[in-house]
Amino acid sequence: MNLFQLFMNSMLTENIVLTKLLGICPFIGTSKKESGALGMGISVLIVMILSSIITYLIYHYVLVPTDTTYLRTLMFILVISSMVQMLEIIIKNRFKKLNDLLGLYLPLIATNCAVFGTTLLNIDYEFNFVEMLVFTVGSGLGFAIVIYIFSTIRERFETASIPKYFKGTPIALITASIMALVFSRYFG
Amino acid sequence: MKTIKNGIFNENATFVLMLGLCPTLAVTNTFEGAYIMGLCVLVVLFFTNFVISIIKKLVPDNVRIPVYILIIGTFVTVLDLTLKKYVPVLHETLGVYLPLITVNCIVLGRAISVATVSSVKESVLDAIGIGLGFTFSIMLLGGIREILGSNTITLMDGISSFTGYRAVYQVLPDTNILPITLFQTPAGAFLTLGLLMAFFNFIKEKRSDTR
Repeated sequence: MNLFQLFMNSMLTENIVLTKLLGICPFIGTSKKESGALGMGISVLIVMILSSIITYLIYHYVLVPTDTTYLRTLMFILVISSMVQMLEIIIKNRFKKLNDLLGLYLPLIATNCAVFGTTLLNIDYEFNFVEMLVFTVGSGLGFAIVIYIFSTIRERFETASIPKYFKGTPIALITASIMALVFSRYFG
Repeated sequence: MKTIKNGIFNENATFVLMLGLCPTLAVTNTFEGAYIMGLCVLVVLFFTNFVISIIKKLVPDNVRIPVYILIIGTFVTVLDLTLKKYVPVLHETLGVYLPLITVNCIVLGRAISVATVSSVKESVLDAIGIGLGFTFSIMLLGGIREILGSNTITLMDGISSFTGYRAVYQVLPDTNILPITLFQTPAGAFLTLGLLMAFFNFIKEKRSDTR
């Protein structure tokens, strides 16, 4: 598969939220406001790229040579959560402006299945380093784009007349369903 | 008994707390995948709540979450290896969603909100209740999606190498209404969960009206 195709696939047709169904909790939870969705999307993108690179290197240069690949789950989750913690401290002390945008969402990412899932998929699909990078950037961008579009739709719900029992999460899920249809059919 | 009932109904993980939605949506294209995932979460929840309620006084507050995640990760790895050894087909079907139980918000959520503050007995009962509640709701979702999406109901297929016989039934013979393949796709997963949630909102409203 060529790299451009891989990039488009991971971003649109095989979108991480709408097709692989990873990262649903932040997708539903933090998409009520446009600014929140943007913060979450960018945080996930950054953390996803950094943690994918680190876990990929650890897997191929530490776990495989020492024949301890069964420690994958533990190792990856440890790397991701400690990296999120480090990133949080750095951003808090050095980049005040970025902190206003991302500060609230970074701690939530430590247990985000989109990030953890991507690091696992990188290994399962047996990518080489460049493919891994392309796939990760595509997935992260896909997450950011979809959560941003979704939040702008959800902001309209405040003025729309929604059936009583569908208010809140049910209508959000049905919107997500229509978006999933659009993404898989239209871009496929 | 009261704690278990509370976990199944009042604090149902999927429909009330809305936690752990990723596996709920991803592995429910078949009934079998759904209940196996439910049981896996139940097992992990049981052991983590048990261990955490024992060691809760030894863990300092500022490293609480990393320690808990490591404990959860350990049990998930054990489960992962066990399934790989005994039911490899199933291990293949669940795929990446099995290690993802580690970051499932139900498990960590219950560990923080219940196991840290309650006695061992209380935490274990809570784990059973929440786990069963999760299993029932994921089974409901899986059942509906499989019946509508492929016109079959799979009780045992992947685990047949383990139990010894297969059980896959056709629901409606000779019909051109089913299957509606939409329900097998991710879009169908969102749709079914959204409709079910609206339905449960409706029931809740009706029950509080009659009281």
